[in-house]
Amino acid sequence: MASRKVTMRIQRFDPAVDKQPHDQDFEIELPAGITILKALNKVRAEKDPTLALRYSCGSAICGSCAMKVNGHARLACKTQVSDCTIDGVMSVAPIGNLKILRDLVVDMDPFLDSLNKAKPYLEAGNGSVPEHERTQRPEEFLQIDPSTTCILCAACYSDCNVLAVDENFFGPATLAKAHRFIFDSRDVDTPNRMRAVSAKTGVWDCTHCGECSTRCPTETKPLERIEEIRVKAMADGFHGNAGARHALGFRETVGKRGILDENYLPARSMGFLNLPGLLSLVPIGLRMMLRGKNPPLIPHKIDKLDEVKKTFARFEELRK
Amino acid sequence: MKYALYTGCVAKGAGRENLVATYLACEKLGIELVEMTDAACCGAGVINEDNPMVADIMNARTFSLAEAQGLDIMNICTTCQGVHRKAQRKLDGKPEHMARVNDELERDTGRRYKGEVKVKHFYEVLLNDYGLARLKEKVVKPLTGLKLGAFYGCYATRPPEVNDLANPDDPDELEKLIEVLGATPVRYDERLKCCGFPIAMVNKKNSMQLGGNAIVSAKEAGADAMVTPCPLCHLNLDAYQPDIESRVGRKLNMPILHIPQLVAMALGVSKDAVRLQTHIVRPTGLLAS
Repeated sequence: MASRKVTMRIQRFDPAVDKQPHDQDFEIELPAGITILKALNKVRAEKDPTLALRYSCGSAICGSCAMKVNGHARLACKTQVSDCTIDGVMSVAPIGNLKILRDLVVDMDPFLDSLNKAKPYLEAGNGSVPEHERTQRPEEFLQIDPSTTCILCAACYSDCNVLAVDENFFGPATLAKAHRFIFDSRDVDTPNRMRAVSAKTGVWDCTHCGECSTRCPTETKPLERIEEIRVKAMADGFHGNAGARHALGFRETVGKRGILDENYLPARSMGFLNLPGLLSLVPIGLRMMLRGKNPPLIPHKIDKLDEVKKTFARFEELRK
Repeated sequence: MKYALYTGCVAKGAGRENLVATYLACEKLGIELVEMTDAACCGAGVINEDNPMVADIMNARTFSLAEAQGLDIMNICTTCQGVHRKAQRKLDGKPEHMARVNDELERDTGRRYKGEVKVKHFYEVLLNDYGLARLKEKVVKPLTGLKLGAFYGCYATRPPEVNDLANPDDPDELEKLIEVLGATPVRYDERLKCCGFPIAMVNKKNSMQLGGNAIVSAKEAGADAMVTPCPLCHLNLDAYQPDIESRVGRKLNMPILHIPQLVAMALGVSKDAVRLQTHIVRPTGLLAS
């Protein structure tokens, strides 16, 4: 297959001379079927040997070469140039939410440090060295199979919408790591782990934006793992936070009316005894009321409500 | 053309103007709507995190109701749309799970989901079923001179497997729609980001900062107003805009329109009829009557 000329628009930054990162275009002849990692190394070999990037295995296993391609985090070694070239141009930049050290290389320490919040090691209890290995049945392993596939590439960390505004958020990789031990049949520290992820900056601070799972190059899919932790939090009674109360509010109002009661839900989420929280809802409530935008005071109900009530009631019984 | 209209909860509550505008726009276009008054909340991804089985049963029930009418579903909320599509993918892709969900559904309602119904958002109906060329012929009051920033909302683009956008990482479908209506689309950095609504009750500071980043980005790119297919994005960006302004420390005054309002106005419906006056940030002076 024929080669073709591509403009690689690469973000450059040299802390010794640059105040801000800037783009540099490299026009380069690339053969068909080349990956972005190989193309970048071709740029280094033929155009500019000072271009800095991080990579190792070239096989989507080590997780070193995550970078933003056309604005979204991807593994350079797993991505074809031909899939990302728009009108002969593709842009490459370092992953987001981390400090740039040089060109495409970022400081990974905040990402790696954040993993410690998940206590990323097995708590098997007893403290003693066992006489034989701790075994797991295949069906037990299947529960943690996806979250064990994380290669720590930080693509999810890069594109996480919440981390962009709050560096204290656990972040998708850390929550996926928490999942890996919460659902490990050999771990004995589940209640403490659940308490930790249920606290502020934990699992309920995620917005469901879906960036993490969309960018994840493995089967880890952090959003799905976050959802599984939330299901467990609801089932195990970790309800002392606004996120869990919000989910309880959904259960209560949809089970009663088939549709959300938007007057009840915010108060339920805040907590009926949380006076400052309830007062914080007053300005927006008044604002909406003055414009006639407030939800009807007598909330709506769906037709054939009995059908829905029956299902919710049956599963409520099962829960007990 | 005829669809089963799934209103979602917000169109019956804090975003009734979205429903009003949908009916007005569809009347002008000759699209017949049968409102699904018996459909339950999609769960917004929240019931799914409390009890995934209940969420699947509720959504399978909704699909079965539309199938019984022989109609495809039209959504006017991208969150409902995304949740429906995710539920469909899970059910259709796992026959054993679908059989179990259907058994549970039948036990309570006598209904079963067959896997036949298609779920589409209003803007997808316009783009793919009605056609932009046909829509253009119906525009009697083009929104000339209006610079609009499309705010897609998370569920419109992610996960990419459950939407019909040609390029979910860099879509242009809403921009094309804006152009057909006579307005000028404005692209801006944050147009595919999260508005922050899902954590408004959990972490208001972060929620307002996310909303603020979106509005500031659109404003700095020159948008006169933003338009969104998601009423939850509308609520966070409009109803909370005074809080967002406090968070980002600047006056924004950015009107946030629903897609059906925009379409209806271009088809000749007055701005009062689509209830622009109910918005917290009124688009006063933006659209001359």
